Amino acid sequence: MKTILFVIFGTILVENFVLTKFLGICPFLGVSKKMDSALGMSGAVVFVMTIASAVTWAINEYLLIPLNLSYLQTIAFILVIASLVQFVELILKKFIKPLYNSLGIYLPLITTNCAVLGVAILNVQNSASFGLSLLYGFSAGLSFMFALILFSGVRERLETSNVALSFKGLPIALISAAFIALSFMGFQGMFAF
Amino acid sequence: MEQSILTAIIGIGIIGLVFGIVLSIASKIFAVKTDPKITQVREALPGANCGACGFAGCDQYAESIAKNESVITLCPVGGQQVIEDLSKIMCVEVSETTKMVARVICRGTADKTKKEYKYAGIQTCAAVNSLYSGDSSCTFGCLGLGDCVDVCEYNAINIENGVAYIVEQNCVACKKCVDACPKNIIEMVPNTARVTVYCSNIERGKAVMDACKVGCIACKKCEKACQYDAIKVINNLAVIDYDKCTNCGDCIAVCPTQCINRYLLNNQLEITK
Repeated sequence: MKTILFVIFGTILVENFVLTKFLGICPFLGVSKKMDSALGMSGAVVFVMTIASAVTWAINEYLLIPLNLSYLQTIAFILVIASLVQFVELILKKFIKPLYNSLGIYLPLITTNCAVLGVAILNVQNSASFGLSLLYGFSAGLSFMFALILFSGVRERLETSNVALSFKGLPIALISAAFIALSFMGFQGMFAF
Repeated sequence: MEQSILTAIIGIGIIGLVFGIVLSIASKIFAVKTDPKITQVREALPGANCGACGFAGCDQYAESIAKNESVITLCPVGGQQVIEDLSKIMCVEVSETTKMVARVICRGTADKTKKEYKYAGIQTCAAVNSLYSGDSSCTFGCLGLGDCVDVCEYNAINIENGVAYIVEQNCVACKKCVDACPKNIIEMVPNTARVTVYCSNIERGKAVMDACKVGCIACKKCEKACQYDAIKVINNLAVIDYDKCTNCGDCIAVCPTQCINRYLLNNQLEITK
């Protein structure tokens, strides 16, 4: 129980995927304009990350290691992630069309979201067990969600505030992202897992 | 060595095959029927994605047309041709729409107006306008630094002798120049309207004459000359009602300052006097 809580809070606060490891910056900046689409996007990422870490663990353990194919892990993992994203896309298009429309190009871009590939490779590097990989994937998704929701709240405020013309849009967003990342430095070394 | 290459090919191949089969089954189960009309409508639209129809882009407008949620005459870029194509696809009849064009309501060229000061700052109308409403003696007229030229994607605006004019053959009525002009002197007029009052100055006659040699001094001669009740002096400025105007040119003949003019199709102003 203690380990589970340590992994979840450690990943969300101390080793946040976006704000400390700087993975998945593209959707972090692209989909954070509105809270609704940020929630939808991070929901999709949580799903993809959890399933991806489970499937990649199985593939790594039962296919790549026995066949001595560990050097192919990047291509195999990308294959898994790409198919999962396609799957999520199909489901969203069928059942939640407005969300599908608002995510737009960023949904297929989860394929190349380095946070998803990052969690799979970190699992292999830490030689984590199946349960731990699943938990790590889930909490990595949660950390992405946490960062995205925080940031979209900030950006919704930025929309209505009076920003100098040359800083309007992406420049001020990047500056505020830097400040959020800086504030997350405060969690560094709080607890380790 | 050969063994390891073979296992690599087979191993990755099997993973790919399994996912491929799963995805193809899933795409059958979760198939969404899309209206073939959306694709047809989208192909008929010009694809400029300018947003003049009020939608985010051509895709959204196409979807809205295909669902019968909006009329097919909203695209100013495509003009009559696109409307005909769309009416065939959607099986609806439309009456002829008037094509709109932009028109710069000023012809106070460099020789007709004076410069109040020498401006050497950033070369945009918006910048010079923030400095005592511009360097021209007429505070209502064209500044001639071409903010409208910069936003026009169709090469439809030129600056000649310090005043912008529209090349009507190229104008698609996207209204970008109307928004860009800090003086608000670009208006959308029907293509059929050839006679225009080329002045936006609402000051009294004396002040207008001091500022520009071709300004409207609100003498009301045109109002009396018009047989069709189409021209009225409102707020010290002659305004033409394009629905009533027959382009007869009686007002042009009586205008003492020549600020009313006929806009010829070769983009030249017809100077009568």
